[in-house]
Order: sequence, then C-alpha cells, then structure tokens
Amino acid sequence: MRISRRLFIRDGVATVTLGLTAPAFLTAIAQAQTLSSRRLVVVYLGGGNDALNTLIPYQDPNYYSRRPTIAIPAGQVLQVGADAAGRVLGLHPRLGGLRNAFNEGRLALVQRAGYPNSSRSHFEATDIFGTANPNTSTGSGWLGRYLDTLPRPVDALAAWNTTGDTPRALVSGQVGVPAISNASTYRFASPNRGAAATQERAAAQAMAANPAPGRPHLAFVNSTSRSAIETIDRAAQALAYSPTVTYPNNGFGLALRTVAGAITVGIGSKVYWVQTGGYDTHADQGAGGGAYGGLMGTLGDGLWAFYSDIRNRGLANDTTVIVFSEFGRRISENGSGGTDHGAAGLMMVLGGSVRGGLYGTAASLRPGDPTLENNSGDVRYETDFRSVYARVLDHWLGVNSVPILNGDFRAGAPAVF
Amino acid sequence: MAQLDPDIDHLLRRAGFGAGPVEVDTFGRMSPSAAIAHLVDYEGRPDDVDARIGRPDHAQVVSKDLFSPDTDIEDARQRWLFRMIHSRRPLQEKMALFWHNHFATAYSKLNVDSGAMQAAKMMACRPGALRGPQGQLELFRQNALGSFRELVIKIAQDPAMLVWLDGKSNTAARPQENFGREVMELFTIGVGHYTESDVYAAARVFTGWNLERSEGYRKDDPQSYQAFRFSADDHDAGAKTFSFPIYGDGTRTIPERGGAAGMQDGIDLITALASHPETARRLARKFWSFFVSEVHQPDPEFVERTAALYLQANTEIRPVVRFILGSPWFRDPSVRFARYSWPPEFVARAIKEVGWQGFALDQVRTPLANMGMLLFEPPNVGGWPVGPGWFSTATMLARSNFGSQLVSQQKAPLAASIAPEAQTQNGLMAAMLNRITTAPLDSNPRQVLSSYLAAGGAWTGSEEQISTRASGLARLLVGSAEYQLI
Repeated sequence: MRISRRLFIRDGVATVTLGLTAPAFLTAIAQAQTLSSRRLVVVYLGGGNDALNTLIPYQDPNYYSRRPTIAIPAGQVLQVGADAAGRVLGLHPRLGGLRNAFNEGRLALVQRAGYPNSSRSHFEATDIFGTANPNTSTGSGWLGRYLDTLPRPVDALAAWNTTGDTPRALVSGQVGVPAISNASTYRFASPNRGAAATQERAAAQAMAANPAPGRPHLAFVNSTSRSAIETIDRAAQALAYSPTVTYPNNGFGLALRTVAGAITVGIGSKVYWVQTGGYDTHADQGAGGGAYGGLMGTLGDGLWAFYSDIRNRGLANDTTVIVFSEFGRRISENGSGGTDHGAAGLMMVLGGSVRGGLYGTAASLRPGDPTLENNSGDVRYETDFRSVYARVLDHWLGVNSVPILNGDFRAGAPAVF
Repeated sequence: MAQLDPDIDHLLRRAGFGAGPVEVDTFGRMSPSAAIAHLVDYEGRPDDVDARIGRPDHAQVVSKDLFSPDTDIEDARQRWLFRMIHSRRPLQEKMALFWHNHFATAYSKLNVDSGAMQAAKMMACRPGALRGPQGQLELFRQNALGSFRELVIKIAQDPAMLVWLDGKSNTAARPQENFGREVMELFTIGVGHYTESDVYAAARVFTGWNLERSEGYRKDDPQSYQAFRFSADDHDAGAKTFSFPIYGDGTRTIPERGGAAGMQDGIDLITALASHPETARRLARKFWSFFVSEVHQPDPEFVERTAALYLQANTEIRPVVRFILGSPWFRDPSVRFARYSWPPEFVARAIKEVGWQGFALDQVRTPLANMGMLLFEPPNVGGWPVGPGWFSTATMLARSNFGSQLVSQQKAPLAASIAPEAQTQNGLMAAMLNRITTAPLDSNPRQVLSSYLAAGGAWTGSEEQISTRASGLARLLVGSAEYQLI
C-alpha cells in the first residue's frame, strides 16, 4: 500500500495529538468536570483501633494463643480470602455491610499501614496522621494543605467537619473549616423577635467581619463567628435531608446522614470529616460481641447505610471514604481482657470508584517473625500511610501530592483507584 | 466588670471566674497584691459555697428528684457551676478545673463499669457525705494548691482513675500499661522523655494497685463504695529499671521487694516523676498558658524560674501560683485578654456579669456540651483541646446562642437595673460596656453596636425600647469574639 505523504502527515499529527495534546486537554476537562464533583469522606476511629480484630488472621495459631479471651472464633469471621502472602483473612462478624462492599469490589483493605518508629501516644500519633509527618505533630494538616490549593475565593463550605473541634488534619494556613454536627443548634438565636432579631444577626455578622489588626487571636475567633453565620442557611438545607435508608441512631450514623444530606443537596464540599470514638480498648474488649463488637457494629452499620444511601442517589462513584486510626494495638491481650497501644494499623477505602481487595500482607504473629517489632509485641508497618494519602490526592482529588505531603510517597502506594 | 481596676479585673478573670457584683464589693478597694493574697490564701475565706445552694438570691439548681450532687452526675455538674459562680474561693475552683483537665477522667466509662450512682460518687462525692472515699473532684479541690507529688499519688489511688485507666485490673500475671503510660506521658514528664521499656516497667510498678468493694456492695446503694487496695499478691516484686533516675543518687532501678513493701515502688516512681525537671518545665508551660497568655510563647526565663521554684518548693503549687500572679509577665498589659476562655469560664463569667436571678443551672448542660466542654466528660485522657481548639463554627454558635439564652431569661431584671442609665442611647451603651467586659472593641464593631441601638428608631427611653435594645446589646456583647477572650 502506497502511503501518501499527505496521509502520513495527517496520521502523524493525529498520533502526536493523541499522545500529547489530547490527554492534557482531557485532563483539563477532567479537572473542570469530573474531579470537581468528587468528594472525600475521612473517618477517624479515635483511640487506636485493634486492627487484628477488625481484619482477622483466623488461621494464624498465634492469633488464638496470644489472645485467649478476645480472639474472634474462626467460625464467626466473615471470610474475605487470602492476601498476596497467602494469609487467609476475615472481617469481624459485625462488619456484614462492609463485607458486602468488599464482595462488590468496592472496599479496599490496606493492611499494616503506619510509619517507622510508630508513636504509641494517642495524641502524638493522631497529630502525625494529621500532619502526615512523623517528625512533626504541630502545624497544618494534609487536608488543610489540600484546601489551600483550591482556587480563590474558597467557598465557606469547601470542607465540612461533623465534629465540634477542628482535627489536626484539617488545620489549614488559609481556609477555615466549619464544624456542623447538630441541626438544632446550628442557628443564630436572639432574645428578641422580628426586626430586632434580624438586626442582631446582621450586627453579629458585621462585628465578626472586623479584621482586628494587631490581634490575630481575636481575628481567628471572629473568623469562626463569621463563617458560622455565613453557613447557617446552607447547612440548614443539608440538615433537613430525608435519606433513602435508615441510619443507625447514634452519633456516627447521624454524622454520616448529615454528610449524605450535604452531598445530595449539592453543597459542594470537597472534604468531610467524621469521627467515632471508644477504640482505646484497654479492658473488657470482648470477642465477637462485647465492647469491641459494639464498636464494629457502629462502624459497619453506619458506613453501609451511608454507602447504600449515596449509591441509591447515584452519587457513589463520586464519593470515596477513607477510614484510619492513630495506631493498631498490641498483639497479645493484657490482663484486663483488652489490648494496649501498638503500632501498625488498618486503613480502609470505600466507594463506587474504588478498586476493592486486600492490599499489603498480614503479619505472622509468631514471635520472632520479621513482620513484627518491639520484641514481637507489635505489628510492624508495611505500607506508609502517606502513600495512601498520596494515592487519594493524585488519583482522586486530582492534585499533586508531592507539595502537600512534602515528599514523594507514590512508590508502593496501594492502587486503590 | 470594667468598673474594677484593670489589674484586678485581669486577676479575677485568670485566677477566678470573672467579677460580678459580689467581687466588685470585695475587691473594689484592694491593692493588686492584697487581691492576690486574698485569692491564693483562700483558707482564710469561708468554705460555705455548698451551704448557699438553694438560696433565692443565688443561681438556682434544678433536679428531677431530690438534688443529689454526691450520687447524680447532672446534679454534680450544677453544683460545680454554682461553686464557680458563687464561691468565695474562686482560685480553688479554678485550680480544680485545671486539674480536671490535667488528669482528665470521663464519667461515661465509670458509668459503664460501675453504674450511674457509683460513677457519680467516684467523680464528685463530697468528703464525708457518704461512706467511702471522696470523689475525684474533691481530691482536686482539697489539693488544689498543695503538693503535686502528693496529688499524683492520690490520683494513682483514686477509684475513678483506677477504673478510667484500668489500674483496677493491673496484676503481675498480666500487666496493664494504660496508667503506667499516661502517668508519664500526660501527667508528668511528657512524651519524648521516656521509652517503651519505661512503659512496661511503669505498668509493673503499679501492679496490685487495685480496687476493692465495700462489704455487701451494691451498685445502687449510695453507702456502697469501691476503694483503693494494694494487693501484694498481685504485685510484681521484681526489680524495675528505668531510663531516667528514680532516686536522688541517680539510681535508675527500683529494687526487688515483696509483700506490703512493694507498694513503695509506685511511691518512688511518682516521686521521681513529680520532681523530674521535665515535669517542672511542663507544668510551668502549662501554667503560662493557663494564667499568663495563649497568644505569646512562654518566655524561657518564666519557664526556668517557675520550674526552679516548683522544684525548690518540693512540688508545692501554692508558691508557684503566687509567684506567677505577682510576676511582671502576668502584670504586663499586653497579656490581658490573651487567653481563650474555657466554656465553663465563659458561662460562669457571663452569668456573673449579666445576672442570675431565677437562672436554673441545669439549662447550661446542653450549651456546655455544644461548646465542647461537658464537665466530667473529657474527650479522652489528654483532656480538652484548649486554646484556639475551643473555637469552631459549631462551638462559637453555641457560645453566642448561650448569650441569647441567658439574656432572654434575664431580660426583665437586666432592663430594670440598667434603665436609670438608659435614658440616652449612649448612656445605655456605656452602662452595658461597664457591666459586660470584652477585650477592647475596635472602632468598627463599636460602630456596629451603635447602629444596632439606633436601628429601632429615635431613642425615647421607653420601657419596651430599653428591654429590646438592652437585651439585644447584651446578647451581641456576650456572643462577640471579644468576649470569648479573658
């Protein structure tokens, strides 16, 4: 076949176009359209989740010998298959909803997530997961630095915190994150009615607009006040939401319901923060039931209700949930039927666009095994938690993770997207 | 109250819960040094605050049954707020609040463990009110300015703490690290000054520091109780070695000792921790933030001098606090209003300044929870996120809306008391600013407030106009950012 010079040029240009120009063009479209509707829901399990009783190595004899009263019986675990090292694993029996998501291929379980020389202090470790820097527990957080990359002016509801105080992860140089959890109190009350009440709200807003030159602490309190008054009316729309499923009637379920409401009515927040506590199970943790069973029920039922609800709304593909805790717990149970502070933990990623499955490998709990540390007392980390953050930033939120994380953590990142 | 000397007003915000009419009478003619002595040497003041509960000219407590602050946590919360508002020893209540945050213990875990009545008793029972040990809060009040070393020993033997950090089940066979870790990380030397093997050793030190139940214990019996007991059989008698000196000669090992003598292990470790220079510096920095400023970094000279005084005084807190309140750092005008109020400080001060006529303290429970500080319910053993951490949109709205709630309830007495000065708009403004003390108002918020007063039309001084505008103005002031600083 004789190829005309003209055709060659045309195909050549086409090739070049496809190879270089078009993808850049598509990326821009993606930035403008697809990515703009994507959102991230971050769930923090406060207190240090006992990862070994969340994702259970139920064929490891040392799991049972080291946890004589709190091990989950093999017959009760919800099997999820074997990981890359051939270790067979199952979810806690109260995580039925999450197992459904796993079977649908929409739940990623990232094993042994952590960092070198894991802090066993709740506060330092929580701050480290917030700053994404094991050497610094102060300063801005990784989500705060993400918010700082958003184009100005940043919407007052660019992020939505469902807890009362601002977690380290959301601390930003420039963007204040409203805390909105309770519909009945997120309003402006007045001792008067009618015109006077309206004037009071306007006056409070105007007072809070004072930049307070020379007094940054006053300016900061003013900024929370201003942001509150500015977000009351929009937040009320989300809080009036009627879900498609029944959420568990607990703080975690209600917070997730609020998030689903905000997503559904189109508030446009990029990041939501939800947390649930009680994971510092030093005592009376229980096996399948008990205190830890209650924690797992709260977590699993809440997340499954949320995932089902937004899927019913057709919004699951634009929504990703990541779940983390500040550390895992010791392998051996203590004398109180609980577990003390340990090292590596479990991260979970859930959503309609998530590539589900088991990531990383489980530890062998046999004393002396190289997957353990601290005289085989704790699980050694395998996946740097920052690589999960990097994946989320680069592949989900569509920003460059390197400046946000102050380093390149893409290597070894679980390919959850 | 702005009518007080600014130094004394500052002192009462920091070493007390602000100034209401009673404090204006008491402190109005005192010199600052006399005021410091009055506050610090509070044993000279009557300890009569609980006896005044129920008086009609004080804030009110409300209970579904008989008011039972020794066995009901909601009543205990009301009693503590009543003390913050009405005590003649405000520094004692202030320090109790400080220690409650420092040794943060949550009622809810005690409730799960021992039931509501025993849990409330462990948190708040007044000494002698019922059989059994006093509640944790009373420990803080009794030792408010005493020896820190003794306070930590008492806390290690405190039933509430033994449940909260699981010491009650710490035995030689299965050591429990929870208290051993936190006594170093949070209560004394701080993170970075101990190792993981110190945590193991500390857990072993406190093996056998357990609880025992009173005879015939029933959790719904107010005379039943749990008390500290050293169980020699459950104590690990072996030697324990630390990475830091335990004894004055530099020895790092607690010797092997069995039987009842083993209890000395815990005393020796606490003594070492309480007199460790890092504990001294950590407390000095915490006192800087609590008393002096959260806006300015701790002055290194302040930290060194305060820490040195603490060590020289054998961990006694009273001379330390006396030194701080009289120091040039505390008196520096730039540190006035440089501290973010804690929710109960904000609430108590607002009630003192706005008024408490017929005000029921059970109304404060939900607002305090929404502000992020339900008393006896810290979020975790690290205490509350003080400083800027108090402020988010939700907590700021809760503060601002509490202002509305309080002012709505005090509308009539507020209007009546301010009417004589409210015959002009400027008169009302001046009187209200004299009563409700904010950080200095810049000209623009001041202008906003004037416009608000003028927005109701020409000033006639009518009863209705005063009632509306005085309450609206008070609400705006209490809900302002300027008022949240103390």
